[in-house]
Amino acid sequence: MLILLGVAVVVIGFAARFNPLLVVVAAALATGWAAGLPPLAVLAAFGKAFNENRYVSVTLLVLPMVGVVERAGLQERARALMLRFKGVSVGPLLIAYMAFRQITSALGLTSIAGQTQSIRPIIAPMAEAAVETHTGALAEPTRHRVRAFAAATDNIGYFFGEDVFVAIGSILLMVSFLATSGITIDPIHLSVWAIPSALAAFAIHAVRLLLFDRRLRREARP
Amino acid sequence: MIKLGVVYVLAGLMFAAFAILSAADRNNTRRFGNAAFWGLVALSLLAGDRLGDLGNGVLVLGLAGIAGFGLLGRGQPDTTTPAERRALSERFGEKLFIPALTLPLVVIFGILVLKPLQIGPEHLLDPKQATLISLALAALIATGVAVVLLRQPLISPLQEGRRLMDTVGWAALLPQMLAALGAVFALAGVGKVVGDLLTTYLPMDTRAAAVAVYCLGMAGFTMIMGNAFAAFPVLTAGVALPILINHFGGNPAVVCAIGMLSGFCGTLMTPLAANFNLVPPALLELPDRYSVIKAQIPTAIPLLIANMVLMYVLAF
Repeated sequence: MLILLGVAVVVIGFAARFNPLLVVVAAALATGWAAGLPPLAVLAAFGKAFNENRYVSVTLLVLPMVGVVERAGLQERARALMLRFKGVSVGPLLIAYMAFRQITSALGLTSIAGQTQSIRPIIAPMAEAAVETHTGALAEPTRHRVRAFAAATDNIGYFFGEDVFVAIGSILLMVSFLATSGITIDPIHLSVWAIPSALAAFAIHAVRLLLFDRRLRREARP
Repeated sequence: MIKLGVVYVLAGLMFAAFAILSAADRNNTRRFGNAAFWGLVALSLLAGDRLGDLGNGVLVLGLAGIAGFGLLGRGQPDTTTPAERRALSERFGEKLFIPALTLPLVVIFGILVLKPLQIGPEHLLDPKQATLISLALAALIATGVAVVLLRQPLISPLQEGRRLMDTVGWAALLPQMLAALGAVFALAGVGKVVGDLLTTYLPMDTRAAAVAVYCLGMAGFTMIMGNAFAAFPVLTAGVALPILINHFGGNPAVVCAIGMLSGFCGTLMTPLAANFNLVPPALLELPDRYSVIKAQIPTAIPLLIANMVLMYVLAF
């Protein structure tokens, strides 16, 4: 039971909003201590794993391109585009993006869109403009809520699309895990059975986006 | 064969440039904190394999120390004003979207054309890393397109990249840190303890109860570990295989596929999935660190319930 000390450190540290990097290091040291490992061995294991996971940070390579196009006015252009399509409000706009994200992820093209290269420079400004055309200038809290919804929509489309693709990491993990337990399974069956949940995710989030859209309009009316 | 090492060198050089430009940025009162932080990231990417395990551990302590004690500021590179951006956006028009569209097109080209390409018996790209290598190539080409097409200064990719990097700040390193924490948890056997707790004390004598324990367990465990991949082996060995599949005769493909997606519902609700839930608020300059999670929870909970119903109906 003492081994769960690290989990407790994480939960309390994140809830108290300490700096997460410090919380993570503290949790690693606490877990190692509880498991009776020498501190230097824990630090070495942590360093080794950090080094092996450098690929996680490779996606930051897209930042320079995003920065340059922002410097040249991409966010403003994305906004202006929405002012031309006055009929499109934020709900249908984000639903269309979710469909795009989910379908391309299901085809294995998970890295063609994302938070850095799509949401910040294009989709979030478009979503804000789509609200503004109906309600006028946005109050800051409302603007933040619209942005958070845009980011959430990207995650949901991505998560519940990728598992429909046969050669994605999670499917391969399931196949190899079941194989070690003596169950042979064709990856295609796992991806087919991901479809009902994918449709449910789309339906549930689409309804939420439409309700969000309606709430924003109602708030705007005095 | 082109391997991931080349990509690390490229990213390392980018961070080294961020570090140098940060040190020279007199508008940032904490410029040396930024220079040290991005410099350590550059060191990790360029020489991580030569630092040794303990050396990497000390490097991580350095990163956490700089971030945790508030030594990280926000650089202010020269950039265009909002008015200039509006004028530029009218001048360039739809051209502005071209670099952003170049990126996915090159990624697709990399996956569909370059990945299968062989020179003699060798693959051109390391097949296991082809997507990441394609993404790096795409980032490079799209940046070139942006600079040339939009006639931006040659230094602008590095200065603008640094501006965005400082906007994200320490959160950018959190995903990698949490992945390392997962490795320490695994070393200490945390997963097994949580799995035993769940399976020993929860009732699983009916089919519905077992489905609920598996799906809720996947979501809950994913929230603790930050990753459904860590939860899947524990919960599937503890609940799905013995009870749902062997005892109640459930279809393993349905049980596992929907079980994993129940875990993804947990991913939507935890700050430990930092790259999805904590980096975007930083990137979008939202004051509340947890605002994206808050936007996701009302989708995640009904979806988790839907998954339980789907598994109960489809697996048996």
